Amino acid sequence: MTLADAAIYSLAALGLLAFLSVTVLLLTWLERKALARIQMRMGPMRVGFHGALQPLADAMKLIAKEDILPSWADRRIYWLAPLAVFVPAFLLWVTIPVAQDVVIRNLDLGLFYIAAVSVLSVLGLVMAGWGSANKYAIIGGLRAAGQMLSYEIPFIMAILAVAMLAQSLNLRDIVDGQSGAAYALVQPLGLFLFLTAGLAELGRTPFDIHHAESEVVGGPFVEYSGAHWAIFFLAEYVNTFTIAVLTALLFLGGWRWPTMPFDGAAHAALSVLWLLAKAYAVILVIFWIRGTYPRLRIDQLMAFGWKFLVPLSFLNIVITGVVTFYGWPLWTLTLLSAAILAASYALIRYHAGAGRKRTSVTVRQASDLRASGGARR
Amino acid sequence: MITTTQTPTQQADAIDLMVNMGPQHPSTHGVFRLVIWVDGERIVKAEPHVGYLHRGSEKLCEGENYGQVITLFDRLDYVANLNGELGFCLAVEKLMGLEIPERAERIRVILCELNRIASHMLFYGVYGLDIGAMTPVLYGFRERERVQALFEAVTGARMMHNYIRVGGVKEDLPDDFGKRMTTLTDQLGRGIEECDALLSDNEMFLERTKGVGVIGPADAIDYGVSGPSLRASGVAEDVRVSEPYGIYDMFDFGVPIGANGDCWDRYYVRVEEMRQSLKIIDQAMRQLEPGPIMAKVRRLLRPPKGEVYARTESPRGDLGVFIVSDGTDKPYRVKVRAPSFANLQALQHMLRDAYIADAVIILGSIDIVLGEVDR
Repeated sequence: MTLADAAIYSLAALGLLAFLSVTVLLLTWLERKALARIQMRMGPMRVGFHGALQPLADAMKLIAKEDILPSWADRRIYWLAPLAVFVPAFLLWVTIPVAQDVVIRNLDLGLFYIAAVSVLSVLGLVMAGWGSANKYAIIGGLRAAGQMLSYEIPFIMAILAVAMLAQSLNLRDIVDGQSGAAYALVQPLGLFLFLTAGLAELGRTPFDIHHAESEVVGGPFVEYSGAHWAIFFLAEYVNTFTIAVLTALLFLGGWRWPTMPFDGAAHAALSVLWLLAKAYAVILVIFWIRGTYPRLRIDQLMAFGWKFLVPLSFLNIVITGVVTFYGWPLWTLTLLSAAILAASYALIRYHAGAGRKRTSVTVRQASDLRASGGARR
Repeated sequence: MITTTQTPTQQADAIDLMVNMGPQHPSTHGVFRLVIWVDGERIVKAEPHVGYLHRGSEKLCEGENYGQVITLFDRLDYVANLNGELGFCLAVEKLMGLEIPERAERIRVILCELNRIASHMLFYGVYGLDIGAMTPVLYGFRERERVQALFEAVTGARMMHNYIRVGGVKEDLPDDFGKRMTTLTDQLGRGIEECDALLSDNEMFLERTKGVGVIGPADAIDYGVSGPSLRASGVAEDVRVSEPYGIYDMFDFGVPIGANGDCWDRYYVRVEEMRQSLKIIDQAMRQLEPGPIMAKVRRLLRPPKGEVYARTESPRGDLGVFIVSDGTDKPYRVKVRAPSFANLQALQHMLRDAYIADAVIILGSIDIVLGEVDR
């Protein structure tokens, strides 16, 4: 690597840091506003136009706050943990393209790299849990480890099915492979698997059990404050954005537009905007889920992962393999995939609902009860 | 640091973690401390500690005039203030043998049932939070806020009303009460349905609450559980029906009964109860006629010497007030049978074989108010 190369990469890394930080600021604002809309509130309104500067105010507050080190904490692990979460979150972006030629380093093993690096952040959460020497934190850290490692399997399997369709692990090739039809149309099941497992990887509602406020009071983050807490927060939102962009790239056709009017730089800029629009649509869905769903219990989460998502993801691989091997038209895969998705929804509905719904509460009239002498049974 | 303890029921090699939930924990609904020993995520043993909010209310009652005691009852169950006031006033009235004017009785019923709705709405909201859904709380509070706005118009305060008096109520209703009530019941009716649709049928909610924290009817009775928590176990016991006080025997309403005694039943019994309260309010509003609102009582109450026990159905259950009077203007002794306290006794039973995450929702499902538990 020459000096010039090193300079370019350093600049790119700085640019990436700036881009992602601004994105995180935007996302926190967007999340608060979106949740507020769902909950009939206004959200932040005071700082700037409709609270537009609220994220900046929050960031300043967090940096200015005292960094607390609990006296029992395992000092080195405690201070390293935020970095162990933060670094993998940023490393992922080395190979994520935001347009045909806008990427730091386009790896041929891009998807493999992403699957490998994304799991690293679990380590940071476990470290935070252990280092805090707090019972809630350690329960939260272990929950995070169990949850993320389990959901890694359906996550990777969903990615794999996409790679099988595109015949490549290169993200650019995968986007090119969707010139005919976005993979969301070809593999609706794959999209469902990817998003569900992705939510679990992120630890977002309904899979936010590792930092469940009402149970473990913030889990691994319970002792952190100030800038170190902010770093966890930053990493969490970067990861959310990553999952959304990956969904857009792998399933929603990435930056591909049927006919792009310009070429050159204008084309690239428009492509980036188009990709971001798709990513933000996915993010709004994630926020919507957060505003609507309660969270699962740890055993239910595990059961859902191992007994439901894992078999489903293998099934997804099998049908994709059969269709590509025999060279059937892609719409057969769409049909198969959609049918399995519908069947699995019915299964969930049956499992959660089966004859256990409102029938268990009956209303008896007071007049009847009085007539039977205020009977106790 | 991490404490390891051995409980007799455990294998020698098992290490339990003692987790302190509360008094500073976001989902203990007040200052309540629950010490749980966990083996992984499972609860091995649970030990509730109460008393952090003890203010000596019962003792304080002995130093106040009968009229002043009402303010103390406001502060027992602080999300159902009017029901608490009613409990005390009924006991004194029973002791004095007072006849309450019709209009006052109706006003009491209307306000107490509204308070029941407000209290259950609070339960609905925080129950959603306990389970991890953050939206229900805002919908629940919207409805509660409507009720409290009406309370403010009628009694002058959003909480701590000091409105129900021995012999009647403090003031007559404002002129626009009828109009306000029409819109309010309308909004509440829609609000209840909306809240119900938001949470009750959600797959994850069902999954989390069905079959969790089960208590059978026999056990529930043995523990002295009352109110919605008891009815969820399938016991058709409601003080408003089995031992009607005031004019409750004039109304027709439904008593929701659960079948399984699990968290979902306890939750849904309360949702259904809100609908039934609206029915009672409707009937009472239609019969509301102008008239006196206070019985003829002296300013300084001096009930005759004796003892009295009165039961009412507060939103949390069977609220009993026992008064010993020595014929002076201050009660000699006041004892409150607080439903939350009795219901809390069943917690240990419900927590058997539960997960940490369940502890939170089981505690939430019995809907305690610490002001009443600790008194």
